[in-house]
Amino acid sequence: MISEETTMVAERDDDTTLRRRHMLGLADYDRDEIELVLSTAREFREVLHRPIKRVPTLRDVTVVNLFFESSTRTRISFELAEKRLSADTVNFSASGSSVSKGETLKDTARNIEAMKIDMVVIRHRSPGAAQFLTSCVEAVVINAGDGAHEHPTQGLLDMLTMSDLFESFEGLNVSIIGDIAHSRVARSNIFGLNALGANVTVCGPQTMLPRGIEQLGVRATNRLDEALEGCDVAMALRIQLERQGVGLFPSLREYHTRFGIGLQHLERYKDLIIMHPGPVNRGVELASEVVDHERAVILNQVTNGVAVRMAVLYLLAAGVRSE
Amino acid sequence: MEPQDTVKAELMNADDLGRTLDRMARQIIDVLDVDPSNAGKLALIGMQTRGVFLARRLGRRIRAVEGMDIEVGALDATMYRDDFRLRMKQPVVRSTDIPFDISGRNVVLIDDVLYTGRTVRAALDALMDMGRPASVTLLVIVDRGLHELPVQADIVGRTVPTVSGEEVRVRLKEVDEMEGVWLVTTPRAA
Repeated sequence: MISEETTMVAERDDDTTLRRRHMLGLADYDRDEIELVLSTAREFREVLHRPIKRVPTLRDVTVVNLFFESSTRTRISFELAEKRLSADTVNFSASGSSVSKGETLKDTARNIEAMKIDMVVIRHRSPGAAQFLTSCVEAVVINAGDGAHEHPTQGLLDMLTMSDLFESFEGLNVSIIGDIAHSRVARSNIFGLNALGANVTVCGPQTMLPRGIEQLGVRATNRLDEALEGCDVAMALRIQLERQGVGLFPSLREYHTRFGIGLQHLERYKDLIIMHPGPVNRGVELASEVVDHERAVILNQVTNGVAVRMAVLYLLAAGVRSE
Repeated sequence: MEPQDTVKAELMNADDLGRTLDRMARQIIDVLDVDPSNAGKLALIGMQTRGVFLARRLGRRIRAVEGMDIEVGALDATMYRDDFRLRMKQPVVRSTDIPFDISGRNVVLIDDVLYTGRTVRAALDALMDMGRPASVTLLVIVDRGLHELPVQADIVGRTVPTVSGEEVRVRLKEVDEMEGVWLVTTPRAA
């Protein structure tokens, strides 16, 4: 039986919706918009637990996944979200495509649009690529990561994961640890978490903390213990191994010693939750035992990623033009 | 009532609505031939938003009168709607919470108003994705006519012929300031 207390009924306003056509970043999202995405994602997550994990919501909507930068997890997550919503999907990867023949982003986009695409999910190495795309195509654009700018659906899935564990974002202490300067994940989280009222600390070697980062409304520190003291959620960022050797830090071993989270941290901070956007370099950002620890919610993040992307696709589908 | 509504008639006051629900609770028992031996096969599933509260009320009445505990669930059919291309905004997706297997059960699908039948069509599709009920019975407080699909209610509180431009407002104290059923005209009806 359902108890009377069960809050099954949401607010009554049927017109609540995202007030924008594209999702380029979370920089100017307010609390209501983020909470709308999160609450919608919770309902779509329920679909993922049904025997039939598919709803007809976006039947007859065509989505192209335009990945100019390699990505396994994000692409599969978007693709699954699209399929769970019954959208038609087309995948486009830069390697082995017309891009390697010298076609520009604009021409690629316009050619794809000429094939009657409703929504475009784009991953690109250049910051602003998604924004640029909105100026050359009519389709709804979703940013799946543009350089060091933003990765809004990753930020949202991180927030959904936190909201499963904590009653409120108000006063929640979140520390983001790693290469803040090159991280679109950090930026999207900082914008979103600030809008929700959380306190964000960023931590990393001085070479990885952009000067003036405090202007984004975060606390910055070079000391891991300072970042973890009183912290509710520690989000370790992936160290891009390909950047090793450009002088940002002396060695992976030294990075792990100073900024890696080990079992000793989980013992010292009894309630600390560990998150990581993946893929993890075991023994670098996180000790291997930490990755497998019950307080690491990395796989919850992955599940929530599909639900959040379903919610974003659903909410933005309002902007799909009718013929 | 919505701000733009002009009330044309009160169809039921709070007492009428209460009596109607009493009658409908008995009808559920009669129509589906429910007794303590098969009460476990019965499930009441309310459609978001007000159908959920109606389902709970009916569940309480059946327990009070017959002493049988009936499973109650909530269904939101937004993901199954057919008007996606006609809308500029997306409706809020509300909770589906059916904490039991519907396969093999006699499901009573409960909504406040039957109008075009499109929501019922969506709800049936949603139910079929969740299992294979033995039967589905449709219960509505008001059948206002103007069906666009071959959908009929099995248990009806009141049949009220209406025209386009009119709306039937079922208001429940759990969600609204008031309790009762009204026929209104509204400028934004379509």
